[in-house]
Amino acid sequence: MADFVSGFWKWFILISVILSFLGIIALVIWMSRGRKPGARIESHGHVWDGDLEELNNPLPLWWLYLFYLTLVFGAGYILLYPGSGVFGGAFKWSEVGQYEQEMKTADLKYGPLYEKYRTQSIKAVATNPEALKMGRRLFMTYCTACHGSDAGGGPGYPSLRDKDWLYGGQPENIKASIAGGRNGAMPAWGAVLGNEGVHHVSEYVMSLSGRKVNDEAALEGKEKFQQLCVACHGKDGKGNQALGAPNLTDNIWLYGGSQAAIMKTITDGRNGHMPAHSEFLGDAKVHLLAAYIYSLSNKELKAAK
Amino acid sequence: MTQDGNPADKPEKGEEKKETTYVPSLVEAQAELAALRARSNREPARDSTSVRTRPTGAQRVPMLAEADAALEALYARHKKVYPREVHGLFARLRVLLASLTLGIFYGLPWLNWGPGRQAFLIDLPERKFNLFAWTFWPQDLFYLAVILILSAFLLFFFTAILGRVWCGFVCPQTVWTEVFLWIERRIDGDRMKQMKLAKQPWSREKLLKRSTKYSAWILFSLWTGFTFVGFFTPIRELAVSSVAFSLGPWETFWVFFYGFATFGNAGFLREQVCTYMCPYARFQGAMFDPNTLIISYDKARGEPRGARGRIVDPKSQNLGHCIDCTLCVQVCPTGIDIRNGLQYQCIACAACVDVCDTVMDKMQYPRGLVRYTTENALEGRPSRILRPRVWIYGGLLAAIAAALVISVLLRIPLGLDIYRDRNALYRETNEGLVENVYTLRILNMDNSAHVYQLSAEGVEGLRMQGDIERVTIESGQVRELVVRLQADPAYLKKRSNDVLFRVQAEDSARLVATEEARFLGPVIH
Repeated sequence: MADFVSGFWKWFILISVILSFLGIIALVIWMSRGRKPGARIESHGHVWDGDLEELNNPLPLWWLYLFYLTLVFGAGYILLYPGSGVFGGAFKWSEVGQYEQEMKTADLKYGPLYEKYRTQSIKAVATNPEALKMGRRLFMTYCTACHGSDAGGGPGYPSLRDKDWLYGGQPENIKASIAGGRNGAMPAWGAVLGNEGVHHVSEYVMSLSGRKVNDEAALEGKEKFQQLCVACHGKDGKGNQALGAPNLTDNIWLYGGSQAAIMKTITDGRNGHMPAHSEFLGDAKVHLLAAYIYSLSNKELKAAK
Repeated sequence: MTQDGNPADKPEKGEEKKETTYVPSLVEAQAELAALRARSNREPARDSTSVRTRPTGAQRVPMLAEADAALEALYARHKKVYPREVHGLFARLRVLLASLTLGIFYGLPWLNWGPGRQAFLIDLPERKFNLFAWTFWPQDLFYLAVILILSAFLLFFFTAILGRVWCGFVCPQTVWTEVFLWIERRIDGDRMKQMKLAKQPWSREKLLKRSTKYSAWILFSLWTGFTFVGFFTPIRELAVSSVAFSLGPWETFWVFFYGFATFGNAGFLREQVCTYMCPYARFQGAMFDPNTLIISYDKARGEPRGARGRIVDPKSQNLGHCIDCTLCVQVCPTGIDIRNGLQYQCIACAACVDVCDTVMDKMQYPRGLVRYTTENALEGRPSRILRPRVWIYGGLLAAIAAALVISVLLRIPLGLDIYRDRNALYRETNEGLVENVYTLRILNMDNSAHVYQLSAEGVEGLRMQGDIERVTIESGQVRELVVRLQADPAYLKKRSNDVLFRVQAEDSARLVATEEARFLGPVIH
């Protein structure tokens, strides 16, 4: 009951509750006292068709008993639940308590379903159609907002269907990515390289995946690349999965493969963020999700089985 | 409605004084009558001190004495109505209709349509509704709305012609009350015996009769509750688990709750449901007109009412045909006197018509002193059944019914919903194509499995990718498919393009569903 900043409100509620109770009791007593015998039954003053009048006729007596019953119910409610402002109720009920109780019940019910796959290897789980169905549901709930319903990704969000992995495609790499999250950081080189430098480097980067470029500009760019970029992307531009530096020699572009997009990436840098899910989902669900994602780029697993 | 004509009022001392100050209402009249009936049942010896009885004959009802007690309070104590058993044309009709409706209620869930398929089952966990050969899904909720509209028009139509014929003959409240009354009469005896038993102090006999009656009611109620749940849970499985005392919590709740409602409504609340709770009872008056059939007492013929010998010519005594036997009041399940005119409590059960006809036969007067007639006919004006109101209700009814039947017959048991991915407006493939991702939900509402073909059109050279080869969906199953549409940006004239998805069953040309969606892409000039 300590949700209010000001102590005034709990007294406000308590007094409102007491006054409401007294008011309703007074009303019920007043209404059940009746009128004088033989007194004219009141008309509500509504008349139709000349003589059809709406009269204030007596209600059935059991109706009155229902009013008393609501009073008893109300008193019981105030005693059992937090309704009076000052007393938390005999049941000690709270919204948070109910939420925790429901989560506990759900865990007891659904926990074992996930738990039984946790002890199996991800590769084994990835061949189990039942497990993959559950994994798909989890994916649709937690992952599609960024990676898409088909896991094909989008600008800034990697595809999980291909064999190209920023942080490694082994089962344990995938699980680590989901559990701990990832933060990709490409620094901004615009200030260092200048417009022309950026252009040259972009020409060189495009040449790495076999695209047609201006050879002169690419040569200039190679020089810059060897100074600035090799630390992460490697001498041959194949990237480094330990750092999450993408391979630049394939034709897969996280932030777009047009020259303009590549130049923007070099100029302003990029910051990718994959949130951590281990605390939120728990190990069992992360395990199952990793298996599902592993199965997406390893379709031959199903055939092998 | 008015005081004159109420047998209780005329000789009462001090009543004239009252008449100047107060206008009795329907409820008061009812209360007075209830008091009358209560008094009439007592032994004269016991009552001699407090009751002023009219001196004529054993059938004569005693005078108003305690009704004032009911007038004092704003809340009136309920006076139990003990309707006298009635025989005749309308009573037989009611038994017939009650048997029919109850037969459908208790029998229908046991009917199977094909092996293991309950013919009428509202399967809430599976979210489907079996109706004989059809299966309806939540997507078909539209039909429920149409059926409800149809029911409302049926009610308007029949009320305009026949008055509250629904209330008197097929309303569940009337039908179940009829059954409970039947049980009550078998155990407690007729109206007189019931009233006598109620007055008796507790004895072995009363205890025995009461416990027998309540047990019979409870058994019947539980059976009713069980049957009700049988419309929602396969009734054969329900029967097995009932016998084994292994019903689920919801099933247990509903069996007992529905049973309790039956027990309370048909056993105790009875006419109070009609007078205090039922909204239809109140708004039906708005559907009446002077050509609507109502149950009415022919005042012109009946008055002045009064007792007379069987062979006496009423004219010589200056009397009408009403012999004031009060049988019409005694048979009334809502406890009103039909001779006071049309009243909102009247459920049009025609019990008073039946009983008055038997009295008229005995007196060798023509039948129909209380009869089905119209306000126009009573006042000597011509009565028209086929009037504009009836034509309009009838026309609308026929049109809606025809539309419903046609749309159910033409219904295609295949559903398609499309959800476009919203994580990105579009993506570019490595080949430079523009790609959009969609989740398709295909629902096979047919009773057999089908193989479906998927296609999409709307942009030149549109290609569909995904697991779309020979999509097989079992009966009643939903299949979720993720598909990618790819288009060459050169063909995209607009940012947003309409595409049409199409699902077609391979083995039936009729099973087609189409759904529109958007395909987004960049504009390249």
